[in-house]
Amino acid sequence: MRLEPKPTPSLGITLLYPVGAIVFTLVFASLLVLLAGASPFSVFFLVAKGAAGSQFALFETLTRATPLIFTGLAVAVAFRAKLWNIGAEAQLYIGAVVTVVLGTGALPLPSFILIPLIIVAAMTAGALLLLGPALLKTRFGVDEVVTTLLLNFIVLLFVSMLLEGVLKDPMGLGWPQSQKLIAEARLPRIITGRRLHYGFVLALVSAVIVWIIMKKTTLGYEMRAAGNNAEGARFVGIPVNRVLMKTALLSGGLAALAGFSEVSGLKGNLTLDLSPGYGYSGIVVAMLAMLNPLGVVVSAIFVAGIFVGADAMSRSAGVPSYIADVMVATALLSMVVAILLARFRVRWR
Amino acid sequence: MEALDILFTASFWVAAIRIASPLIFATMGELICERAGVLNLGIEGIMTVGAFAGWFTVYSGGDLWTGVAVAALAGAMFGLLHATLTVPLGLSQHVVGIGITLFATSLTYFTYRLALPQVTSPPKIEPFQPFAIPGLSSIPFLGEAVFNQTPLTYLAFVTVALVVWVLYRTPLGLAVRAAGENPSAVEAQGISVNAIRIGAVMVGSALMAVGGAFLTMSAFNSFFFEMINGRGWICIALVVFGSWRPGKALLGAILFAAFDAYQIRLQQLSGGIVPYQLFLMMPYALSILALILVARRASYPKALMVPYQKGER
Repeated sequence: MRLEPKPTPSLGITLLYPVGAIVFTLVFASLLVLLAGASPFSVFFLVAKGAAGSQFALFETLTRATPLIFTGLAVAVAFRAKLWNIGAEAQLYIGAVVTVVLGTGALPLPSFILIPLIIVAAMTAGALLLLGPALLKTRFGVDEVVTTLLLNFIVLLFVSMLLEGVLKDPMGLGWPQSQKLIAEARLPRIITGRRLHYGFVLALVSAVIVWIIMKKTTLGYEMRAAGNNAEGARFVGIPVNRVLMKTALLSGGLAALAGFSEVSGLKGNLTLDLSPGYGYSGIVVAMLAMLNPLGVVVSAIFVAGIFVGADAMSRSAGVPSYIADVMVATALLSMVVAILLARFRVRWR
Repeated sequence: MEALDILFTASFWVAAIRIASPLIFATMGELICERAGVLNLGIEGIMTVGAFAGWFTVYSGGDLWTGVAVAALAGAMFGLLHATLTVPLGLSQHVVGIGITLFATSLTYFTYRLALPQVTSPPKIEPFQPFAIPGLSSIPFLGEAVFNQTPLTYLAFVTVALVVWVLYRTPLGLAVRAAGENPSAVEAQGISVNAIRIGAVMVGSALMAVGGAFLTMSAFNSFFFEMINGRGWICIALVVFGSWRPGKALLGAILFAAFDAYQIRLQQLSGGIVPYQLFLMMPYALSILALILVARRASYPKALMVPYQKGER
C-alpha cells in the first residue's frame, strides 16, 4: 500500500474526518460499556448530563478545562516547532511550587502587584525547566522526549520532598501539604458559589495571545518553519536552534501557568495530587485541536467534559471512571489517523 | 566503609540482578524495534498491560507460564496497533507512541476496576520461586548471586543471547538491521520493509510486556496502579546508552540496577537524615546523565523514525 496526497479538499470534507474520529471513539467506548454490563446510550447520556446538564455541571467542566487549556497550549506551541515537550506535568508542578513559595506570606504586597509577580516568576521557572532539555537537544543531540519524561518523575519527587520538608504546613496534621496562600495571592471566583475562577479567563487570554504569536509574528512563522522542515529553515537563514529555545521558554511558561492557576484559583495550597495527569492530557488536547491555539480551548472543554461527565456517570451507573481516560486516548489515536486520511489517499497495490 | 562493604555481599547482587531482569526484557524489546527503525514510546503502557495480563491470568487460575504467554501476546497486540499506525501509515512515532502508552495504561486500569470492583488491597498470587541451578549455584558468591534466581530471570539472559544470535547471525537479523539502516537495500532483496518492521515491533512489544509481567509475577506478587513507574522510559535511555547493541545494553541494565539496589541500601544506611526522595530521584537523574555522556558519539540507526514508502528515494 502507499499514500498519495489528495487535492485540497473543501472545508466540509476536512471537518468530516475529525467527526469520524469522534464517532469511532464513541463506538469503541460503547463496546467497553457493554463489557461492563451497562447500556451505552444511558451511559453516554449520563456522561453528557454530568458534563453539561446543569449550570453546576457546566461550571465544573470549565473549571476542569482551565489547566488543560494551559497544558494544551504548552504542547501545541512545542509540537508545532517539533520540540517534543512531554514534560508539561513537571512544568506545571514547578509553577505551583513557585506560587506557594511567593504566595504564602513571604511578600506582603497588594493583590494587583503580587499576582502578576507570581505569574511572571512561575512562568520563568517553568520556562527554565524546559530550557534544560531543549539545550541538551540542540547541544548534545539528547532526545527531549526521554529527558522531559524522566524530569516528570524527578520533579514530582522534588515536590514530595518539599512538602515533607521546608514547604510543609506545620498546621497540616502531618499531611504532606503546603500552607494556604494568603488572600492577596488568590485568584477570585468569577461567580460566588461556583468554583470557576479567573484562571479560566487567564487561560482564554493566553490562548488568544498564543494564537497571535503563532499566526501574526515572525517568531510564529519561524517556529512553524522549524517544525515543518528544519533543514530548509536553516537554509533560508532562520536560526533554528534559537527558535527552539524561544519555543521551549514559551511552552514551559504556559505549562507552569496551569500550576499557578490550580493553586491560586482552585485549591489554595499545594498537594502531591494537584494534577491527575493534566500534563499528559494536554498532549491529547493539543492533538485534537490540530495544534491550533484557539482550537485548544474547544478541545480542552471537550476533554474536561468527558472527565467530569464520566466521574458523575461512574457514581450512578457503576462503569469505572477510567473509561474517560480510555476515550481520551482513543480519540487521540483516531484523530491522528483521521488527519492523515483527510490529506492522503491510501492506495492498495 | 560500611557503604562500600555492601557491594561485596551476595544479597546485594541478588537484588541487583532481580531489579535488572524486567529492564533487560524491555530494553531488548525496545532495541529490536529501534534497530528496525521504529521508536516505540508505547513501552511504558505496554509494560503496564503485560504486568496486568500476566498477573490476572494467574489470578484467574492459569499457571505461571501461561501468564507469561498471555502477557507476551497482549504486548504483541498493542505492538501491532503501534506498527499499523507508524509503519504503513507513517504517522509520527512520538505522538502514536505516547498515545499507545495512554491507551494501554487506561485500558488496563479500566479492565482492572471492571474485573475487581470491590478490592481495597490488591489480591496476591503465588509468584515464580527462586530456582537454584544444580552445580552452578554452589559456586561461591557468583552462584548465590546469579544462579539462585527465578526462572524468568534466567529467561531474560537467554533472551539477550537469542537477540544477539538472531540480529547478528541470521538472515532475518540482517534484514531487521538493514530495515533500520538502509530500507531500500532490504526492498532490493525482495523483502518487504513494512513486514520486517511490523514483525519487529510486535516481537519487541511482546518482550516489553514480559518485562512488565516480571514485576507482578516474579519481583512482587500483585498488580497495583503506576507500578511501572517510569521503567519504560529508563529502558529507552538504556538502549541509547548501549549504542543499540544488545550486549552493551545488557551491561547498562545491570549497572543501572546495581546502582538502584545500592541507593536503596544507602537510603537505609543514612537513617533518614537525607530525604529519601533524593535517593529515589537518582535512577532518573542517572538515566539523563547517561544520555548526555553517550549522546555525542551515539550512532543512531540511520532510518530510525523515518517512515518508508516503496519507490521513494
